[in-house]
Amino acid sequence: MNQNILTTSVDTSSENGIRTEEMLLNVGPQHPSTHGVFRLVVKIDGETIKEAIPVMGYLHRGTEKLAENLNYTQIIPYTDRMDYVSAMTNNYVLCHAVETMMGLEIPERAQFLRLIAMELNRVASHLVWWGTYLLDIGAMGPFLYAFRDREMILDLFNELCGARMTFNYMRIGGVKWDAPPGWVDKAKEFVQYMKKELNNYHQLVSGNEIFISRIKGIGKFDTSTALDYSLSGVMLRATGVKWDLRKDEPYCIYDRFDFDVPTATEGDCMARYQVRMAEIEQSLRILEQALEQFPSEGEVIGKVPRVIRPPAGETYVRIESPRGEIGCYIASQGKDKPWRLKFRRPSFTNLQILPTLLQGESLANMIVILGSIDIVLGEVDC
Amino acid sequence: MSEEKRRPTPEEKAQAAAEARAKAEALRKLREQEEQGAEAAPPAQEEAQAQAADSQEEVAPVAKPVSEMTPEEKAAAKKAAAAEAIAKAKAAKEAKESAQQGDGASSAEGADAEAKAKAAAAAKAKAAAAAAAKAKAEREAGGSPADGGDDDAKAKAAAAAKAKAAAAAAAKAKAAQATGDGAEAAETPKAPSKNQPYLDKYVLRITEKFGKEVLEASYINELAKEVPTLVIQNERWHEIAQFLKEDGQLAFEYLSDLHGVDYEDRMEVYYHLYSYKNRQSLAVKVKTSREQSSVPSVMDVWNGANWNERETFDLLGIHFPGHKDLRRILLPDDWVGYPLRKDYVQYDEEV
Amino acid sequence: MNALLQQAPSWGNTLWFILAAVILLAVLLGFVTYAIYFERKVIGWMQLRIGPNRVGPLGLLQTVADVTKLLLKEDTRPKHADKALFTLAPILAYAPAFAVLAVMPFTESIQFADLGIGLLYYIALSGITVLGVITAGWASNNKYSLIGGLRSAAQMISYEVPLVMSVVGVVLLTGSMNLREIVEAQRDVWNIVPQFIGFAVFIIAAQAELNRTPFDLPEAESELVAGYHVEYSGFRFAMFMLAEYVYMFGMGTLITILFLGGWLPIHPALGFIPGIVWFVLKFSLYIFLQFWIRATMPRLRVDQLMSFAWKVLLPIALFNILLTAVVVSYQNGMF
Repeated sequence: MNQNILTTSVDTSSENGIRTEEMLLNVGPQHPSTHGVFRLVVKIDGETIKEAIPVMGYLHRGTEKLAENLNYTQIIPYTDRMDYVSAMTNNYVLCHAVETMMGLEIPERAQFLRLIAMELNRVASHLVWWGTYLLDIGAMGPFLYAFRDREMILDLFNELCGARMTFNYMRIGGVKWDAPPGWVDKAKEFVQYMKKELNNYHQLVSGNEIFISRIKGIGKFDTSTALDYSLSGVMLRATGVKWDLRKDEPYCIYDRFDFDVPTATEGDCMARYQVRMAEIEQSLRILEQALEQFPSEGEVIGKVPRVIRPPAGETYVRIESPRGEIGCYIASQGKDKPWRLKFRRPSFTNLQILPTLLQGESLANMIVILGSIDIVLGEVDC
Repeated sequence: MSEEKRRPTPEEKAQAAAEARAKAEALRKLREQEEQGAEAAPPAQEEAQAQAADSQEEVAPVAKPVSEMTPEEKAAAKKAAAAEAIAKAKAAKEAKESAQQGDGASSAEGADAEAKAKAAAAAKAKAAAAAAAKAKAEREAGGSPADGGDDDAKAKAAAAAKAKAAAAAAAKAKAAQATGDGAEAAETPKAPSKNQPYLDKYVLRITEKFGKEVLEASYINELAKEVPTLVIQNERWHEIAQFLKEDGQLAFEYLSDLHGVDYEDRMEVYYHLYSYKNRQSLAVKVKTSREQSSVPSVMDVWNGANWNERETFDLLGIHFPGHKDLRRILLPDDWVGYPLRKDYVQYDEEV
Repeated sequence: MNALLQQAPSWGNTLWFILAAVILLAVLLGFVTYAIYFERKVIGWMQLRIGPNRVGPLGLLQTVADVTKLLLKEDTRPKHADKALFTLAPILAYAPAFAVLAVMPFTESIQFADLGIGLLYYIALSGITVLGVITAGWASNNKYSLIGGLRSAAQMISYEVPLVMSVVGVVLLTGSMNLREIVEAQRDVWNIVPQFIGFAVFIIAAQAELNRTPFDLPEAESELVAGYHVEYSGFRFAMFMLAEYVYMFGMGTLITILFLGGWLPIHPALGFIPGIVWFVLKFSLYIFLQFWIRATMPRLRVDQLMSFAWKVLLPIALFNILLTAVVVSYQNGMF
């Protein structure tokens, strides 16, 4: 793949009479810190990166092409496999796009279930990020703490939809399964527990000198760069833009709940760390309210035609996934299968800035910066 | 590498792929003729992927539930029926217009495609006309309860439904294709969208600066949360993009999404822009031909277009002149063909 | 043992030497086996896991099984590796780590060679380990290995300096470089009290010398996959692993001797407990600290590591020497 990179000429200079060479280092596709099958070809001089060329596509499954031969409900499981760390938001964005086209009404209970599932998933996703990020930086403990707590969320999901990673939970017009009896109480318990744990996390990690010195001032960029590179989500908020689609273009029933949009102004890895941690807190806040107001009964799927045929035309919707703005474009010809389906994947778009950020950084910082972008390769390659 | 020897060169691959495609094309044409001969008259473009043998069987089961549903008077079915009625009305209208439009469209698409397009347009017109003529009969067939056991009635209803579906699809495709925008705007007599003023503003700003001809169409896309949508002339797109970003009143500094769509008779690149300053969205569409698809790159305007344009090039084969590094991004460099094109034929079955 | 060393060489005492070395090696292997076991267990507990518990009762045979697996594994060598150096590197890394133990007094009686300059011997020999690491990095013909090897060279050489400087205070205080005399000098108060600054610097520098968290940059699995031993497998990898733990054993012993009063009891009243028990207790304390740090700390960056050695640790160590020198001079009535 990409022969041209491998044959890139390497500079050989002979200043001071010593023959020095730049080295091409292949980071990935099998590397512990690329978070999947991502490959980064870096041209290094000593440990300083001169140039970084991302190579991807190892996980490309042609979801968009496959979708053209599937009806809308059949596409939902494919979305699970895109951002497999936060599959609920992917489920939702597809359903939301179709529902927007068809103008469907979603029952109250389904709305709540969707919102709770998405927010739980956001917490789970940020926990995975937190754990793996610290693992990248060399601390192993937090990884296990994070995964223990994420496990509880996965257990909740398991009860809800019978799957731990690839949920296939939402349907056009609602959700597939109602919450089993007692589930809401368990979720409530978890929220309280997680709040306590989050404090522990901060005590363990957020003040650690070594950790701070590793991430402070690293991978810095400003708002206009972020906008120029189409960055979204935490990458954008960490530069000081108060922008969250949950708040600014409310979907689902997010407008009913009271929560803040955490931002930071520095735009470095530290800022992104702080914003993500604050987001967990806000998600828990939303969850707390949503679980409190959860309707005691009702339908979980609305009145939906048996064969889903959105009207001819096109739509583009975007929602806030844990990684940023996830969008779904559907061009329909009025049939039960989409003419063209396209996902705007936040990991893919956010990753674009990586070569710029890596210029002149050291190898150790490369890992820190890559980690702070928070990518999921299933989504990058789609 | 021993693998290298075994592997054919890219040229061979391309040739093989081209042959396969030609074969598929021939098959498709043959099928088309059969279809037209049999007076089933589904529009040509729909048949591109459908299998000839399957199509008869496939349509029937789809139609059956419709005919079963009608007597039950399900709300959904009613809605669908209403939608179809509108579509039929449109189809009748289209039928009249299509002759002139066919000419206009084909001339725009270049000389070599002209004959083909004309033929297609003619076929479509025929289909639409047939559909319109049948519309009354259908409505009766649909309206009168098919009384369960009566096989005849059922079969009739099925046939009617089939024709109906075909007609509706044709009408819709047509609407979306040529004058779709205008027609859509015309047929929504309800209260103007809340975004209408914004659309007017954008249109005004652009036409003030670049003249009327750069805007091929402008409308509110009801299906996409009422986003103002502009269809912009391919040749002028780059400067307009620059203007959209830099003009103080528009200030679309954020490119949310960029991707291409293959409509079989043309390609479209869809841009979703956002202005954080004005908190406003805008969708832009730029059209290009399928044969020599090229849309000016906006990578120098929005850096975020970089990988998206590469992806679009990779999967749809749309070229973006002005892009600094237009390579394949998801597929290997030696991949043959563009998978998201509707006529894509996989070269290597093993993959 | 000392008497043995004084004798004229003969077949008889050579045999004794070999036997003694083998016994020490056996003890060492036992230590390494259970150090690894406890490391995994302790870190497991700290990370809310159980740790190894399948092989043997309480998982006690886990490491044995791991080592057996390593020994049975195919010995792979990259095609374009430098064969001679590739083979030499693990030995070069392991031999000095083992050799330094010769001068360690575990108790009054258990010691192999009572050198007058025992401390110097330790420092001189331990410096060789880095050669093994560089050689491994170079010979593997792997880019990650190379970076790991070079990182390691820079790191170990940099930290050798504060390490040596920090023990100068102890030497000044004792007036000897003989390890036995250093322990004996701590009868009243352990060196950790008067030499606390030196102790702190030593602990940190030792951590870096051992390539352990937070200074495990040469291996840095998240950056360099496994650093200098990426290409090693089977027995050769086991040698590196062994060298690391033996070196840890050596460092633990040295710290116990230099700062924690060796085999001396906490209070003379507790003198009835054998010296070796005291030694093992103090030694275990240090080893536990190692595990603890490993479970808690993230990793430093190369440039931070280097500037920390030269800009922070070295000045502190030098200040410690100055301070000690002044105090010692004062006590000797020079002022």
